[in-house]
Amino acid sequence: MDKVLATLHSLAGKRLVIGVPYVWLLLFFVVPFLIVFKISFSWMQPIQPGYAPLFAWVEETQRFVATLNLSNYQVLLQDSLYLSTFLYSVKVAAISTVLCLLVGYPMAYAIARCGPSTRNLFLMLIILPFWTSFLLRVYAWVGLLKTNGVINNTLLALGIIDQPLTLLYTDFAVYIGIVYSYLPFMILPLFSNLEKHDLTLLEAASDLGASPMKAFFKVTLPLSMPGIVAGCLLVFIPAVGEFVIPSLLGRTDQLMIGTVLSAQFFSARNWPVASAVAIVLLLLLLLPILLFQRYQRRELEAAKR
Amino acid sequence: MSQKTIDRSHEYVRIEGVTKRFGDFVAVDNVSLSIFKGEIFCLLGGSGCGKTTLLRMLAGFESPTSGRLLIDGQDMAGIPPYDRPVNMMFQSYALFPHMTVEKNVAFGLEQEGLSKAEIAKRVGEMLDIVRLGDFARRKPHQLSGGQRQRVALARALVKRPKLLLLDEPLGALDKKLREHTQFELINLQEQLGVTFVVVTHDQEEAMTLATRIGVMNKGQIVQVGTPTDIYEFPNSRFVADFIGSVNMFDGQLVEDEPGHVRIRCNELEATVFVSHGISAPPEAKVSVAIRPEKIEMSRSAPVGTENCAKGVVKEIAYMGDLSVYLVRLESGRMVRVTIPNVERHADERIVWEETVHLSWRPSSPVVLTI
Amino acid sequence: MNNRGWFRNGMLGLGLAFLYIPILSMMVFSFNNSRLVTVWDAENSPTLRWYVRLLENDQLLGAAWISVQIAAMTATGAVILGTIAGLVLARFGPFRGRAFLSAMTTAPLVMPEVITGIAMLLLFVSLEQLIGWPEGRGMLTITIAHITFAMAYVTVVVQSRLAGFDDALEEAALDLGAKPATVFFRITLPLIVPALVSGWLLAFTLSWDDVVISQFVSGPGSSTLPMEIFSRVRRGVSPDINALATILVLIVATGVVLSTLYMKHEEKRRLREEQMARSGN
Repeated sequence: MDKVLATLHSLAGKRLVIGVPYVWLLLFFVVPFLIVFKISFSWMQPIQPGYAPLFAWVEETQRFVATLNLSNYQVLLQDSLYLSTFLYSVKVAAISTVLCLLVGYPMAYAIARCGPSTRNLFLMLIILPFWTSFLLRVYAWVGLLKTNGVINNTLLALGIIDQPLTLLYTDFAVYIGIVYSYLPFMILPLFSNLEKHDLTLLEAASDLGASPMKAFFKVTLPLSMPGIVAGCLLVFIPAVGEFVIPSLLGRTDQLMIGTVLSAQFFSARNWPVASAVAIVLLLLLLLPILLFQRYQRRELEAAKR
Repeated sequence: MSQKTIDRSHEYVRIEGVTKRFGDFVAVDNVSLSIFKGEIFCLLGGSGCGKTTLLRMLAGFESPTSGRLLIDGQDMAGIPPYDRPVNMMFQSYALFPHMTVEKNVAFGLEQEGLSKAEIAKRVGEMLDIVRLGDFARRKPHQLSGGQRQRVALARALVKRPKLLLLDEPLGALDKKLREHTQFELINLQEQLGVTFVVVTHDQEEAMTLATRIGVMNKGQIVQVGTPTDIYEFPNSRFVADFIGSVNMFDGQLVEDEPGHVRIRCNELEATVFVSHGISAPPEAKVSVAIRPEKIEMSRSAPVGTENCAKGVVKEIAYMGDLSVYLVRLESGRMVRVTIPNVERHADERIVWEETVHLSWRPSSPVVLTI
Repeated sequence: MNNRGWFRNGMLGLGLAFLYIPILSMMVFSFNNSRLVTVWDAENSPTLRWYVRLLENDQLLGAAWISVQIAAMTATGAVILGTIAGLVLARFGPFRGRAFLSAMTTAPLVMPEVITGIAMLLLFVSLEQLIGWPEGRGMLTITIAHITFAMAYVTVVVQSRLAGFDDALEEAALDLGAKPATVFFRITLPLIVPALVSGWLLAFTLSWDDVVISQFVSGPGSSTLPMEIFSRVRRGVSPDINALATILVLIVATGVVLSTLYMKHEEKRRLREEQMARSGN
């Protein structure tokens, strides 16, 4: 009997241990999305809490009435502002991701081919800015890109230009900001992939007559595909919903979706429309997020071997 | 070889119809087995044959889907690993990397709540037995492979278990060290009187260590016996093929007497005469298995018309102590023959493309029906 | 080959310059006397006036204190929850709902912050309506929100650390007679301590750095430092922010450099010992 109790005990203990993070994440991560989903179908209400209940008890008819409001989504479809904002956000995120890859790949490659001690030094240098404030690093670019900022002043002083360039509040500034902030997220998965490559593969390729260039494109690049995909997803997904970078560096005539969502929420106080925007954004990113999760699972399984 | 007699009066482990399923996969299939006190019992089989799962069920890390496991007469159902009178030596050794050798060995005793002095005494004794007294303060990463193996052994044995489970105990050692350690293990086992259950995929390891071997295939035990039994009297084509190398010929019974049988094989011109009877239906399809070292090879034709064959040498592999010849018979069938290299000089040896005559004694072939 | 080496190192150098020039320029201009921030006032610089100004700014200092408290609580909470989640995912084998738990712990890693922010806020508003808790929004709600996304990072760190260790270690401890709780405290926990330390620091930084989610779930009187900075820099460049940035960068750089040196030292010692073990027999 004791034995039976002990097994039950350990089983219950196990359940309890699993239950702690499970309940937390359900309550604070999953339920919130359900609430957002629900509110995206309700009417706006000028008083707190800012939205009307979906189900209401109606005295006269003595029954619950569900008021499902699809107009929040209709707004998104009809108002061309939303459509162009979504498209613009995806475009900015995509271009930034590609730029980030172009900058990050050679860096990750160079670090992966270094000796072990210099490798650690470079990795530290890549990660170090990440530990300092993200906001301040974006802000630093304001000082650099301004009309009378460091870049313009330098170029003017060197006589390369005689009129200051408009750098700040442009698409270019947003690309720079995103590449700058997310570069470590691109480099690290690329590095951990490239580091594992068997260098004798390249020797074999050159032994079989491939030029270094050809060996790179036929061997290294295809093998680093998982790292490329992971890095790109880690940059692209958050960049689509980016809010801080476009509000400090971006255009004022074309907003990104994160900015619109915040504006709907804080300035227009239209919570139902903001919720609908969030739901559409989430659906848009669902596929990339699932892809990323698949990658993450594989990485952890590979680490087990 | 520790071919000592087993005391069959003390059945220590009893496995009764144990089956373990993982989803649809049957890892262990209705296994029944008795292991006696003081034995070194080897579970031998290829990867995925269920030997490790069986061992893990004895340790308590898996529980049987059906069937019973008894250790010293006590049913183990529902008893967690930490309450079993069993200890295990892991294939990876599983030494705690953050503890010294001493702490690793003491860990199990600390769980028993022994006094500090008692623990120190027993750890010291045990480390002396495995000759690691000088390494007590080292951490596992500061040890060589052989030393780690001995720490793992000491850690399991210091608890004075009645039954020690060893998962591929020599698998991680190099060949020279492995041979040496085999004999050390046997000595230790005799000295401490512990029953060993060893899981291995290495038949040589099983042959040297075991008092009895249980050969496993696809979750089932296919033969249990002493190393000699298993090698000389395999009970199935699988066992004959799995242990050592063998030449196997398909054939048909043409004469079936209580004292002898004659078998006709398509790949052999002459009939095979076997000087013992078998139990098989008349004209049954059977296999004749002949070990390579039991075949004689010469340039001249043997006397008699049975138990012989003629062929051409196609490959020779010189292994030092012996040479392996591959001979192609007239039927096209390749036969493997091993000849000990008694002479140092190679003048007399048979060479490539020579025509040779093969023969064997009537007692050598094993006739297999399954 | 040499050519390519040159190209590689050139790209690396340019990349690092790209990463560090903005930070360095901020640091340099923090000593600039001019109010114009990016125009160097050679006559009166360098100066510490912005540092003095910063230390007199009670609003920023207060916000920094709030941020430190939130970040410390977040880091501690995230390490506890993340360790449990990482342990469960790495060691508990298959159980019903495992895939879902794993999905819930990786999704926050990439979820755009605006979505997490709005979802969190709406949850707190709904909860308050339903059960009257949490009352209003402030440090508590910020901390809960931060724990939720920071624990995802800790989970990954712990999980991958555990994946690097043989499962058999815990089984060996059980086999030697240790009960599950003993196994956790004497075997598992000591092994993952480095992951817990880096997880704690990571969670602290994530919380300390977050502006978007905090903005959604904060209430009156609970402005964090990033929120304060954000509202300032949105209005334009201000020199005392440069000073603040310089101080932060120096603190972080010192910490990172020290810990890297320590790790390097440990690594060397370990290598030496392994060498010794090999030559020892």
